[in-house]
Amino acid sequence: MSLEHLDAAPPQSAPGALQTGMTQLLVCGDSGCRSSGGDAVLAALQEAVRRAGAEGQIQLVRTGCHGFCEAGPVVLVEPVHAFYCRVNESDAADMVAAARRGEVLERLLYRPDPQAPPVVHPEDIPFYQKQVKRVLARCGRIDPEEIGDYLAAGGYQALAKALHQMTPEQVIEEVKRSGLRGRGGGGFPTGLKWQLTRQAQGSPKYVICNADEGDPGAFMDRSVLEGDPHSVVEGLILCAYAVGASEGFIYVRAEYPMAVKTLRRAIAQARERGFLGRNILGSGMDFELHIKEGAGAFVCGEETALMASIEGRRGMPRPRPPFPAQSGLWGKPTNINNVETYANVPMIITRGADWYAALGTERSKGTKVFALTGRINHTGLVEVPMGITLREIIYDVGGGIRGGRKFKAVQIGGPSGGCLSAQHLDLPIDYDSLTAAGAMMGSGGLVTLDETTCMVDLARFFMNFMRNESCGKCTPCREGTQRMLETLERICGGQGTLDDLSYLEKTGQVMKRASLCGLGQTAPNPVLSTLRYFRAEYEAHILEHRCPAGVCKALLAYYIEADLCRGCGKCARQCPAGAITGEPKHPYQIDPEKCVRCGGCVDACAFDAVRTA
Amino acid sequence: MANGAQDGSRLVQVQAPAQRFAYLQAAVDDAAAEGQRGEELLIPLLQAVQGKFGYLPAEDLAAVAEILHVPLSRVYGVATFYNQFRLTPVGKHIIRSCTGTACHVKGAQMLRDALQAELGIAPGQTTPDGRFTWELVACLGACGMAPVIMIDDEFHGRLTPQQLPRILRTYSA
Ligand SMILES: Cc1cc2nc3c(=O)[nH]c(=O)nc-3n(C[C@H](O)[C@H](O)[C@H](O)COP(=O)(O)O)c2cc1C
Ligand code: FES
Repeated sequence: MSLEHLDAAPPQSAPGALQTGMTQLLVCGDSGCRSSGGDAVLAALQEAVRRAGAEGQIQLVRTGCHGFCEAGPVVLVEPVHAFYCRVNESDAADMVAAARRGEVLERLLYRPDPQAPPVVHPEDIPFYQKQVKRVLARCGRIDPEEIGDYLAAGGYQALAKALHQMTPEQVIEEVKRSGLRGRGGGGFPTGLKWQLTRQAQGSPKYVICNADEGDPGAFMDRSVLEGDPHSVVEGLILCAYAVGASEGFIYVRAEYPMAVKTLRRAIAQARERGFLGRNILGSGMDFELHIKEGAGAFVCGEETALMASIEGRRGMPRPRPPFPAQSGLWGKPTNINNVETYANVPMIITRGADWYAALGTERSKGTKVFALTGRINHTGLVEVPMGITLREIIYDVGGGIRGGRKFKAVQIGGPSGGCLSAQHLDLPIDYDSLTAAGAMMGSGGLVTLDETTCMVDLARFFMNFMRNESCGKCTPCREGTQRMLETLERICGGQGTLDDLSYLEKTGQVMKRASLCGLGQTAPNPVLSTLRYFRAEYEAHILEHRCPAGVCKALLAYYIEADLCRGCGKCARQCPAGAITGEPKHPYQIDPEKCVRCGGCVDACAFDAVRTA
Repeated sequence: MANGAQDGSRLVQVQAPAQRFAYLQAAVDDAAAEGQRGEELLIPLLQAVQGKFGYLPAEDLAAVAEILHVPLSRVYGVATFYNQFRLTPVGKHIIRSCTGTACHVKGAQMLRDALQAELGIAPGQTTPDGRFTWELVACLGACGMAPVIMIDDEFHGRLTPQQLPRILRTYSA
């Protein structure tokens, strides 16, 4: 297929640009909305459309993530451009009826608070106002299973432009000038990486897409793969053209079966249309793309471990250099990038490096997708310009802390990242500012914490994760994660000493310097950053045997508020340790010596009389 | 996706070995058509075994070693390295509870305590009646709906311990 053919390719269903007279209901089919009943909504809508005999009038599209998971299941109606939240199966008939009349169903619209007037268009909802959708521009707007939708939205134009009008060197130059940096965590300049692979001796060359997304609490890559798979496929083909590769792999995490399914379909459709395979778009370029399913190992997100895994071995990292660009898959020059990195490339080629670099900070360009989770009002998937402050993300986009509680910290970058405190709220976010503050961009997990989160417990949580996921090859990581975990468990259990804190710091520094790969080098980050910004909380555990957040069970003292206790005895029957005694109809008591602090009595009491101190 | 343990052991006993492992040869042929070769197939083949039986029966591990001409120790090494692979049979339904960060700060531990009480088993185990196998995973990728568990292919999000018994009842024995 040539460029002219591409332009003429008829869209099977046009996103946004509708066939006249048709109304589109774009139903979110992402895991987030599915877990709150999205599948049932879609089924109910199909039924309602059938009953109304409105098949020729209303088109139902199952899309990827719209981002506002908190409000899920969500439905976007075009062309009236109305955004429905928390939709239920029982709303289906009304939605279809309103759509047929070209009306908006007011009761399903978003309201900032119950008294406020409803908001019709998504752009007017505070959650979306400060977002800039580039990578996610098509997520939630197109059917990810239809290549026609992607084509109608300008898809594969970048590939056609590159193959017919640009040399591989020009593609690399454009990516370099755009300032794009790797979205997988490290932030290495993408264009430079491509250049190194192009210049490396050896053939064949390979390209790999890292879709292992191991950060527990992040789902950006999954959403892109499930919502707009072709943007990643196109990015990979562009990269293959630039570096001179004829074979590529997408390594997808085991826990993402939907992403694998969507990608398989996308690759098959791209092959049918001549974007993959032999003599792509008549340019003479050959390129094959394969999917490799991971098997559940966090360390396989590390590039050398990932390649070992593709080769069929245990996923253990090896020292670098040599870097993959010199010696990667089967010892051949290999370019490896993250999902989001590749998804940024097509727009850089079509719209140019200058357009791309106009957004962002001095050294971090474009946007970043974050998974906004934790104790925040608007959980979801957001895309914001580099340089935005944490305050804007948490309060403007995220709607502030849930239940009117106080912001305590934000954990950014997952188990390799760190915790930032209120003093960092006005920090403009980019790769370098986060690293300087002791955190890192990481993949883009952003977990907001309030005063009910114990920072020592959180550090213990991450260290436990890293201890389990350490591959065991190098001693600093294998032993260090275990010793640091034991120390943190001691502190959470009320047996810590102040010496433990210096031990944590010392061990952390050794691990950072001496570990073989990024896993061990970054594993101490959550501990070191919480020690830096929340030391008082560690000290309360050690010196006062107190957990200020009320999380560490061993440090809680349970007692019964005599005024509230009705003497029903339910708590005593529930207690596995026989620690609760009393006379019926009189206040009961808890024996702190016998109490095992399971919390069963708190749940058992109907009068809220069991308290902790 | 997961066949019961009984299926696995029954097949071992009643079918001729060559026939039993035909599915592996088919998987190799499929992969070869995609241009994949040699040891690169080890993990995909193990995934094929687990897709068929829900776990990795010893006989099939040996067959994989033979097909790929690698030592069985190598196959075992890979099978035990990755969290996805199981060496023991699974129950009828698989419950995966998320232990990821987003779920952790939204009370995943309380859900696990409730599951433990409800099922009477520890993570990694199967209920004596073979109805449920319970596993922990690092993140299900539905963090926006935390805390989340997944039963077979279904997500259950924004979950409270109180909702668990009712949800479990909808999965047949
Ligand atoms: C322990 C560990 C886990 C990692 N996990 C991922 C991951 O899940 N996804 C990813 O894209 N990069 C991950 N990385 C980074 C990769 O090694 C590599 O730097 C990245 O894929 C390069 O792509 P980029 O330049 O586009 O960021 C991980 C690194 C380490 C050390
Ligand atoms: S942290 Fe539980 S689904 Fe991601």
